[in-house]
Amino acid sequence: MTLVAADIALAPAAAPERPPYLVVTNVTKRFKTFLALKGVSLEVREGEFVCFLGPSGCGKTTLLRAIAGLDIQSSGTITQGGRDISALPPEERDFGIVFQSYALFPNLTVRGNIAFGLENRGMNRGDVSARVEELLALIGLTEHGEKYPSQISGGQQQRVALARALAPGPGLILLDEPLSALDAKVRIHLRNELKQLQARLGVTTIMVTHDQDEALSMADRIVVMNMGVIEQIGTPLEIYNDPATRFVADFVGAMNFFDGAVSHENEVQVGGVRLAVDGRTPARGAQVTVAIRPEDVRILGAHPSAGLDAPNTLKVEVGDAEFLGSEVRLSLNYFTSGPMVAQTSQESVRALGIQPGKRIDVCLPADRLRIFMSGANHV
Amino acid sequence: MSDAVLGAAAIARAPAIRAKVGRDDRLMLVFTLVIGLYLVVSLALPILFMLWKSTEVRAFAYSAVEMQVDTGQGPTSVGTLADVAGKLGLLSDVDQARRANSLTAAQLFPKRAFDGAPLKSVRMRFSGGSADGRLDLSGKPVEAGQWAEVPAQDLRRLVLRAGTQRSLANYAAYFSNPALTQSIANSLAVSLITTAIVVLLAFGFAYGLSRTMMPLKGLFRTIAMVPILVPSLLAGISLVYLFGNQGLLKDLMFGARIYGAGGIVAGCVFFTFPHAFLIISTALAVSDARLYEAARVLRTTPRRTFFTVTLPGARYGLISAAFVVFTLTITEFGVPKVVGGDFNMLAVDIYKQVVGQQNFAMGAVVSVILLIPAVVAFFVDRTVTARQVALLTARAVPYAPQPNRPLDWAAFAFCSVVAGLLLLVVGVSQFAALVKFWPYDLSLSFQHYAFEGVDGGGWGSYFNSLQLALYTAIIGTLVVLVGGYIVEKGRGFVAARTGLHFLAMLPMAIPGLVLGLSYIFFFNDRSNPFNFLYGTMAILVVSTITHFYTVSHLTALTALKAMDREFEAVAASLKQPVTRMFTRVTLPVCLPTGLDIAAYYFVNALTTVSAVVFLYAPTTTLAAVAALNMDDAGQIQPAAAMCMLIFYTNLAARGVHAVLTRVLASTQAWRAR
Repeated sequence: MTLVAADIALAPAAAPERPPYLVVTNVTKRFKTFLALKGVSLEVREGEFVCFLGPSGCGKTTLLRAIAGLDIQSSGTITQGGRDISALPPEERDFGIVFQSYALFPNLTVRGNIAFGLENRGMNRGDVSARVEELLALIGLTEHGEKYPSQISGGQQQRVALARALAPGPGLILLDEPLSALDAKVRIHLRNELKQLQARLGVTTIMVTHDQDEALSMADRIVVMNMGVIEQIGTPLEIYNDPATRFVADFVGAMNFFDGAVSHENEVQVGGVRLAVDGRTPARGAQVTVAIRPEDVRILGAHPSAGLDAPNTLKVEVGDAEFLGSEVRLSLNYFTSGPMVAQTSQESVRALGIQPGKRIDVCLPADRLRIFMSGANHV
Repeated sequence: MSDAVLGAAAIARAPAIRAKVGRDDRLMLVFTLVIGLYLVVSLALPILFMLWKSTEVRAFAYSAVEMQVDTGQGPTSVGTLADVAGKLGLLSDVDQARRANSLTAAQLFPKRAFDGAPLKSVRMRFSGGSADGRLDLSGKPVEAGQWAEVPAQDLRRLVLRAGTQRSLANYAAYFSNPALTQSIANSLAVSLITTAIVVLLAFGFAYGLSRTMMPLKGLFRTIAMVPILVPSLLAGISLVYLFGNQGLLKDLMFGARIYGAGGIVAGCVFFTFPHAFLIISTALAVSDARLYEAARVLRTTPRRTFFTVTLPGARYGLISAAFVVFTLTITEFGVPKVVGGDFNMLAVDIYKQVVGQQNFAMGAVVSVILLIPAVVAFFVDRTVTARQVALLTARAVPYAPQPNRPLDWAAFAFCSVVAGLLLLVVGVSQFAALVKFWPYDLSLSFQHYAFEGVDGGGWGSYFNSLQLALYTAIIGTLVVLVGGYIVEKGRGFVAARTGLHFLAMLPMAIPGLVLGLSYIFFFNDRSNPFNFLYGTMAILVVSTITHFYTVSHLTALTALKAMDREFEAVAASLKQPVTRMFTRVTLPVCLPTGLDIAAYYFVNALTTVSAVVFLYAPTTTLAAVAALNMDDAGQIQPAAAMCMLIFYTNLAARGVHAVLTRVLASTQAWRAR
């Protein structure tokens, strides 16, 4: 995770609000005794790229399959473009889908796969092949049209699957972990390509993923899910900088957590220290969890803006230093509950001569500390 | 947590969504109904009908017949026949009907007298339903409730016909007849002995092929499959030529006769061997090489490795093979028919009761008895097979045998003996089919292939069989693939699809003779709308498709399971009907499997006798049945010739199958991986 919130301007000036295109209201899915979705509601605007993010088993794929009509929800409604599609079979809905396996038809060529959804619906041959060529050009595979799926690479297969889904011009594209079967490098490349393609076509897109980097870099908005409920809906910046629940804080990016109790307004007692916090605190005496991201832990001397007199300054001992390339992850011993992780640049480690055993001063900026009610959220 | 609580409350209030039935659902439902109807009509109903018929006995409805006699004082009531049965010397209602189907008034009054007084006339009135029988006067039915009168000299014109009764009398009769019940013990004994021998032989053979470096493995594998290509009764014929009264190796018998238990076991070992071999070699092939490496690292002795790694790894295969062999043997008909002699087996009993004595009810009873071990073996085997799946892991490493001279040569010697015996059985029949007059003139001739003046229909039967095999292969494969597709890839209608799968698995547990007999009951019933099928080629095709449905169904399922689960979802999202998906993608991708199923159907349609032996008509005689009938009539050399004709045809069919499979692999670029 390389996003550093402080250096990036917050969300672009509010874009003109578009009407919701897909509205999911109080959707519940029950498999025998197991509740996979517990009253989920959300709205997706036209042209938006939304990611369902969460650990496996959180219900994100179940929700996607309910939207597709492949596993219809037990209760709750789904409307698309103003039409109630709650009970419709998939063939009566308007969507294209790309699965993790791509599900390309092995006995049809790339062209045959893309044309599959165009045939048999009253289009003449010429129009079909023109549309196929257009899509082949769009995904940059014009040269590979006569190859079979087994003869092209995984990344190419993924693009063919996308072209096949786009071919009939659906109002909604559903992507079920479309990148997770690929190598790391190809995945990052395709991530950008997919995002650009989506932006260019302006087609409303929902992608399911368990990979937070994927969600943060591609989505207009992220829906974080856990155990069948939505934890938070927001832009990548909101999700990262302002996690609504302890689960989101923990699941997206790295986070330090310390248990404490509210001692005064805007002050939390953690172990032997009182930490000043910005924003509202719960009532005095409430058990809370204080959280801070490793990159927000400031090593004094390394950062020009933080002086020795800054509040929340702690003297800590460096336990371990983990080399991550351009960055270094330090494990700092202070709280008895466990080490605190700080992330800083290679350069500042060198400048300050930081090594295991050295005692340094760190500051936990009050505006970077987040407070969660203890026990209020599952972790 | 407050969110979750709110959610739960909302869940309780929200109305459940009822999925709308779409076009694909309707298409699937139509196909489910078609295949389901096929299996119900061709399997479930006939079997149930036979069970129902096995509890039906013929009986005279004595109490439904009132009688008046005139001995000079005008008609005097004597009550019902039930009241005077003892006086008239009648047997019980069932026993009397077993003697004869009809009872004339002349039989009631053989001396034309009642209580010593000479009769002038007799009147009878029948008041039962149609199941109770009928009263005929001069060959015409008398309406129920009407009196029918005959003068003393015409007593034989008044005839009471037997009706039917529901009872377990047939079963009682069966179990009180030691000649019949002896067959149960005989069948069990022969099946158990055969199972023990075949499992041992097949394990040794499969072990040699998969765990040693012996030479000629491919040849041995091919030879092991030979018995599948011939009718099982060929083994019986060869045994007769080897060890019969004029047998080549008669002296080896030291005066004992091949006809009987020994001959049946030997013949059954021959024809069940490939089935056991296939199952066990599959089980040995999936064993994990890492276990053997671990055993070597731990310095385990080869002996101990065999008993702690090899055997347990193959145990499900061994158990499965044992059940298959047991079921095949206990339901086998051809071998005991040819070499059984006086040694009765259940399957032959069914044939004898039906064809020999025309006692269909008793045939049904024996069928039910035979169903019991077959059904039990089937369910135990299914349970065991279901458990085996968990044993295989994706990370298992295939075992590669290392050279081991003594073991390799021992395995080679063993496999040579087994393969030699298998070839000997086929070879002897071929020899017998080619010599002029066994054993007196051993010069060669094709005369027995002319099938002149023999029973069973000769070359006509052969061409009928070819026709049957082709129809069965084409129609059967389509039915099986569509049925498998519905079971594996259908959505919704879970109960219907589970039911379909159950019906598809059932034929494995139904012996062929039982299926055939149930078809007689069901399709020969005049009130059955499918009665028109009786005596046609169609009923032979239907019975053969159904008889061999299970293995084909499982083969289709395996291939369909290997296809991406999401094809149907993609097709639906592209607004393409499931039928187009099936014909454009599923069928082409499953083509090699379709060929396998077609070849399986073809070979079995040519070799089977059990189901069709009850169903062929003079215009639809079949080759394997003809061989059986020739053998029955003592025309054993032509019978051997017919069996060999079937063998060569099947060999050719397998050759065509191999060529087609290779052509598919080489011309369809997308199959290359």
